[in-house]
Amino acid sequence: MSATSIPPGAMPPDAIPEGVSAAPALPDVLPAPRARGKFGTLVYRHPTFVAGAAILGVMLFIAIFAPYLGTVDPTALAPAKRTRPPSAIYWFGTDMLGRDVYSRVMYGTRVSLIVGFGVALLSSVAGVLIGVISGFVRWLDSVIMRVMDGLMSIPPILLAIALMALTRGSVGNVITAITVSQVPQVARLIRGVVLSLREQPYVEAAVASGTRAPKIILRHILPNTVAPLTVQATYICAAAMITEAILSFIGAGTPPTIPSWGNIMAEGRALWQVKPYIVFFPAAFLSVTVLAVNLMGDGLRDWLDPRLAKRL
Amino acid sequence: MSDARPLLEVNALKKHYPVKGGLLGGETAKVYAVDGVTFSIKRGETLSVVGESGCGKSTVGKTILRLTDPTDGEVFLDGERIDNLSAARLRPMRRRMQVVFQDPFSSLNPRMRVRDILAEPLVNFGLTRSRSEIDDRVAGLMDKVRLPRDAIGRFPHEFSGGQRQRIGIARALAPGADLIICDEAVSALDVSVKAQIVNLLSDLQDELGLALLFISHDLAIVEHLTHRVAVMYLGKIVELADRRTLFSTPHHPYTRALLSAVPVPDPTAKRDRMVLTGDVPSPINPPTGCRFHTRCPFAFDRCRTEEPMLRPIGDREHQSACHLDAVPATH
Repeated sequence: MSATSIPPGAMPPDAIPEGVSAAPALPDVLPAPRARGKFGTLVYRHPTFVAGAAILGVMLFIAIFAPYLGTVDPTALAPAKRTRPPSAIYWFGTDMLGRDVYSRVMYGTRVSLIVGFGVALLSSVAGVLIGVISGFVRWLDSVIMRVMDGLMSIPPILLAIALMALTRGSVGNVITAITVSQVPQVARLIRGVVLSLREQPYVEAAVASGTRAPKIILRHILPNTVAPLTVQATYICAAAMITEAILSFIGAGTPPTIPSWGNIMAEGRALWQVKPYIVFFPAAFLSVTVLAVNLMGDGLRDWLDPRLAKRL
Repeated sequence: MSDARPLLEVNALKKHYPVKGGLLGGETAKVYAVDGVTFSIKRGETLSVVGESGCGKSTVGKTILRLTDPTDGEVFLDGERIDNLSAARLRPMRRRMQVVFQDPFSSLNPRMRVRDILAEPLVNFGLTRSRSEIDDRVAGLMDKVRLPRDAIGRFPHEFSGGQRQRIGIARALAPGADLIICDEAVSALDVSVKAQIVNLLSDLQDELGLALLFISHDLAIVEHLTHRVAVMYLGKIVELADRRTLFSTPHHPYTRALLSAVPVPDPTAKRDRMVLTGDVPSPINPPTGCRFHTRCPFAFDRCRTEEPMLRPIGDREHQSACHLDAVPATH
């Protein structure tokens, strides 16, 4: 639209004084800003977080409502109907003992999520405790950190296998074993954060204004460790799910009476060339869940503190 | 009050940091950050400590505040020795000396509201009993630093640099301190904001009778607000004088070099500049004799072997650590 082609009636004629050429109304080249709701803004700003959270939400739903999702008893044997391919009755087929793989995978979600969340929570609590002690009690620091270095020098999976060998297989023991192997990472992260926060001027100002050490930790240190801790916890959650599946796969994890993705795969392993679906479905669920948790972790990291991208 | 003891007396204060290294992490060397510093501040007086970065001026402040423990020396606050007090005994003394830091962004906890930041010292020292009393005191502090009262519910990131520095000053005022140590308190601010904060500090000093220890490298600002100046070089005070004497008739060659480096806002002004060559020597291995001899244009043999002590020059209040009685003109 040019200045010479003002459509008649675009402006009231008396608005333009004689001899003055008026600029036309601006064309609507710029679209109106899109109105987004709170949720829309969240999706737009943090798509990876939302995607991860959505998938994890579905998994959580499955874990909680497993008995109501058209499942049968996941441990019920039916030798006559073993190794059936996926069909309308057996959605994911049946395994070599005739158990319904769909039901087993649905119930297996529970084990994975409990282990993932349990390990993330426990190792966060223990790691923060050790990290804060290490960061504040300097003479203990080198002792604690050498122990942590020692734990970290053993591959987590081997450490977990070794610990499981000492006890009998149960979900609680699996959580404990994986937690022990993950604590050093959290402790080191938190120790580093505490050490750098201690040097912050606001912490020194708090010391100068008479704040005692416990209150400094509670008010000035811990709240500022939440962001890096949350991010680390999601990665640990994902690692714990994988470790649990590995432990179950090699028979060192959850007992065979409790279906978990790891032991479903272990049982299907012998037949995977002829009946691949037994392994495929639990493996797909495991991959998708771990991916979801990792997506959430990446999203959280970008959301909470972009600088963390370099630190982790 | 002129014959009373000064509010703050610092006597031969030393702070050496160990340098750890080697196979067993033993101490291999020492950083002589502060190496025998003596000065005093009267009530209501401003003493500025100036010097290059790394000369130990901030360490002096931190050591007085006991944010780090001194290696040696004595610090008296209002006649009471504080450098060797236990943490529990020191706590009530902390009420009387407060600090304002350089960086207005990292000196306020990002997760605390202004009200909680200002209430913290009040609660710590048991200066208030009820919530409403805290609210009154916090509102009064906001008035003192000329910030709107209704801003107390906000977080630090909602303020500009100058406003944050005002919050930092309000926090230092909260417990009713006699001495405020300003560690480069205006260095990180824009020039116009700098002037506002400096004026605020002088107004507060007049109003409350505060003593200020003003640590800075900015001589223009120092000249504007100080009563006395101590010039530091490599952990030692090389010259100590009242403002007018120091800026008009500096004695120590280092002071003269510093003063000639101050930019003058007049491009046509002809200046007799004294430019130092070389870097500040390492405080791990300071030069023998006079620490400044490696860069001093007037250094002679005695400077390399014998360390000059701080001694009165002419006026009793003017002290300088130089072997020369009269420093020759640059040309």
